[in-house]
Amino acid sequence: MNIQKNIKVLIVDDEPNILLSLEFLMKKEGFIVFIARDGEEAFDIIKREHPKIVLLDIMMPKVDGYEVCKFIKQNKDSAETKVIFLSAKSKEADIEKGYSVGADLYIPKPFSTRDLVKKVNMMASGVVA
Amino acid sequence: MNSYILGLISIYYLAFLFIVAYQAEQKSKRDKSIVSNANIYALSLAVYCTAWTFYGSVGRAATDGLDFLTVYIGPTLVMFLAIPILLKIIRICKTQRLTSIADFISSRYGKNRSLGVLVTIICLLSGIPYIALQLKAISNSFGILTKSLQNNNILTDHTFYIVIILILFTILFGTRNVEATERHEGMVAAIATESIIKLIAFLAIGIYVTYWLFDGFEDIFSKANIIHAAKQNFVLDKDSGMSKWFWHTFLAMMAFMFLPRQFQVAVVENVDEKYINRAMWLFPLYMLLINIFVMPITLAGEIIFGDKAMNSDLYVLSIPLNYSDEFLAIITYIGGFSAATGMIIVETIAISVMVSNNLLMPIFLGIPASKEIINLNPSQVIQYMRRLAIALIIFLGYLYFKFITEKYSLVSIGMTAFVVVAQFAPSVLGGIFWKRGTQKGAMIGLIGGTVIWFFTLIIPSLVSSGVLSEAIMTNGLFGNSLLKPYELFGMQGMDNISHATFWTLFFNTALYFFCSLCTKPTSIEHNQAVLFVDVFHYSKGIENSVAWRGKALVSDLKSLLESFLGSNRTERIIRVFATRNNVNMQNRYADARFVNYSEKLLAGIVGTASARMMVSSVSKEEDISLDEVVAILKKSQELMEVNKELKQKSQELKQLTEQLQAANEQLLLTDKLKDDFLATVTHEIRTPLTSIKALSEILYDNDDLEHEERQHFLSTIIKESDRLSRLINQVLDLEKLESGKVRVLSETIDLQEIIEDSVETIEQLAKEKGVKIKKIIDKNLPVFNGDKDRMMQVMLNLLSNALKFTEAQKGSITITAYVEDNNLYVNVIDDGSGISKDYQELIFDKFYQAHDQTIRKPKGSGLGLAISKRIIELHNGKIWVESKVNKGSKFSFTIPINT
Repeated sequence: MNIQKNIKVLIVDDEPNILLSLEFLMKKEGFIVFIARDGEEAFDIIKREHPKIVLLDIMMPKVDGYEVCKFIKQNKDSAETKVIFLSAKSKEADIEKGYSVGADLYIPKPFSTRDLVKKVNMMASGVVA
Repeated sequence: MNSYILGLISIYYLAFLFIVAYQAEQKSKRDKSIVSNANIYALSLAVYCTAWTFYGSVGRAATDGLDFLTVYIGPTLVMFLAIPILLKIIRICKTQRLTSIADFISSRYGKNRSLGVLVTIICLLSGIPYIALQLKAISNSFGILTKSLQNNNILTDHTFYIVIILILFTILFGTRNVEATERHEGMVAAIATESIIKLIAFLAIGIYVTYWLFDGFEDIFSKANIIHAAKQNFVLDKDSGMSKWFWHTFLAMMAFMFLPRQFQVAVVENVDEKYINRAMWLFPLYMLLINIFVMPITLAGEIIFGDKAMNSDLYVLSIPLNYSDEFLAIITYIGGFSAATGMIIVETIAISVMVSNNLLMPIFLGIPASKEIINLNPSQVIQYMRRLAIALIIFLGYLYFKFITEKYSLVSIGMTAFVVVAQFAPSVLGGIFWKRGTQKGAMIGLIGGTVIWFFTLIIPSLVSSGVLSEAIMTNGLFGNSLLKPYELFGMQGMDNISHATFWTLFFNTALYFFCSLCTKPTSIEHNQAVLFVDVFHYSKGIENSVAWRGKALVSDLKSLLESFLGSNRTERIIRVFATRNNVNMQNRYADARFVNYSEKLLAGIVGTASARMMVSSVSKEEDISLDEVVAILKKSQELMEVNKELKQKSQELKQLTEQLQAANEQLLLTDKLKDDFLATVTHEIRTPLTSIKALSEILYDNDDLEHEERQHFLSTIIKESDRLSRLINQVLDLEKLESGKVRVLSETIDLQEIIEDSVETIEQLAKEKGVKIKKIIDKNLPVFNGDKDRMMQVMLNLLSNALKFTEAQKGSITITAYVEDNNLYVNVIDDGSGISKDYQELIFDKFYQAHDQTIRKPKGSGLGLAISKRIIELHNGKIWVESKVNKGSKFSFTIPINT
């Protein structure tokens, strides 16, 4: 188990079973994990906890992932937060849009857990800008 | 009445007009022109009714009876018969940017400068006495109201001050825009207002006299019947009556078209040719209204004043004064004042443009030093020129009034002016219908007519004022009895005006035709003749139909235009011209069309003749032969016809394209719907796939998982796999339903049975969750035709959804079924989490609504409801939901039953 002390990771998804696996993976890496089931919940946690990394779904009820990402990147307090989109939308245009609203990484679903973990770790240690 | 008060009233009235005009100008600046209005146009034509109408009609009716009507029948006839002529003149002026009748005639006959000068002089000859006539009316009415005597000292003469104010007012509104083709919106608004005021005032006095002083028309006429003089009013003179009516009406027709002020309001200020259609009936109606009380007032005046020597021109004022009705007298005064000022303002503006463009500008341009002054600020020079002209014209009118008009009645001055204006008829009418008319013909015709006019009408007035000896009248010029002013060539039995009209127009027309046929038109004359006569052919492609060959530098033309229009506007104009005509303006030498266009633009500012001079000063012209001119014009006409065909073709193509586009759009839409569906389905399939993959990988990589956790992950994988296969089945099912491959069976369905069966199926699940199911089903539900299995599918879908969203151990589900209005109603009601308004329609949809929709449907809804909706629709029914968040949902469907 790597030790990633005190690094906060927020996971935003409306699918409980995806949350289940993501939460397991992140906790295993030693991150402090927060869960949000929709965009509005995400706003609250971002404001309160200032996570370093956000794993973000796009298609969600109420507020979608694009809006959440825009919120993060446009807000002075959270602009440093890294955003990784995890979405079943995998068309080129979707990915482009994800980066255009400020995402740091876009990973289409279904994803490889090992790959995801590697990338999150790199981001946490600041290897990936 | 105190003359100061009346003076103040007059000034207040002018101030009021000023406000009206100012408002109109401001509005038009904000692109909300009030003058762009057919009614305003028709009313502005009524500037025709001057003080002469207001006071003089009654005066004339008193001396000549019904003859006064001819002056109004003429314009009415123009409105009925001569509309095509008027329209043609308007179109010509618009395309050629002509701003006055002088411009019109000089432009038609080869842009000849001397013709412009001649027309301007004739306009002055008619205009100045006419303005004097208005001043006389103002002065007389002022005098009679204030009971003050005429005053020969200018400085103490009230009319003089009114003249000063009028000059200022006219300058203010006549010279705001340098380009005379830019209309005077403020002036037109003021004139239309004046037309209303004078009409109301005249109707007021008419009604007052007819219904207040007398008991209506019948009363006046029967009382007047006793007086012999009044009877005469209704009798036409046996000898000259008919010819008099004919000539006077004819004269009025010509005057209505060619008087400078009428040309100004009807042609120059015309915003839209279509306005003529309104004016066609509105203007004659105005004429009728303003004349309807003339006879009653005349007869009333004769009855009231009887033998007393009283100026019948002023009956309209003396009648109310006789009964001490001062208020009405003031209203009448204002009416007359407005009629007079309206005429003065428009006439002066119209003539001042001619005087400055045709007399002052060419003279000024001829002075060597002028170039430097004009280069400094050309538009200001023009403005000053025009202001000077305005002051000059009104002041000349004043002098004329002061020293000459005293001896003549309003009518004789007016008719004299009409006759000289009628001299324009041959050259204008010939000019727009007969291509052969030439400059020499027009010139000699006009001069001839004017000379005869001078001889037959002015000489007699000079004789009667004692300037010339009586001998001319009795013995004829040089003692030749054929040359008596009133009996030219021995013609007798006509009144002076008809006599003069006949002879002037006889000579004018004859000389015009004769000299035209004897001379050959130059190329530019022919060019203009074709453009005028065939204006409806050429008016659209006017820029292309140029018969000009020569060289002019673009830069020269540009600087010429810049000095008059300013550099911004010039740039804009050039850009527009270049794009519209596909001309390269970077060339050193200007395109012939551009030279022509520049000239026309300048003509709008300085008049045709001056513009010609300016443009030729920067260009070297080569003469072209008449044949070439004709060839060029012919070509442009052919081009236009080809153009028309092309236009039609492209119209057809456009229609086809539109149809194709519509079909294509339909295809695209269908395609897009399919795409959306695919995207949705992919997304829905990827979601469980993601869980399955992630969890399997975790299990694979983590041997050390707790037993419970492992079990949890495994069961989730199994659930997600079920979800995946269910989804795939649903997609296939929906696809079958959508494509129509599935045939809905026609079985007899007992709904009660379906409900019972479906409840039975789900009961076990409900029991496990601790949810109660209640049924309220009407007895004797009718049977209907349909597919049993499909209906069962719908019921199961609704029930399992309800079960999914109700709270365990607490929730309950109620099913109701009943018949209403030949429809079976089924409701499945739960007290679960409910659906927010945003999703209530979405949940029946297999697609996400908008293309970029990223807001997700509440999860778990899958495609079941989309399938149910399709099934119900196949049974001709409807399905919908009513729901409140946290209060539960009510899903309902209806099926029509055939009775």
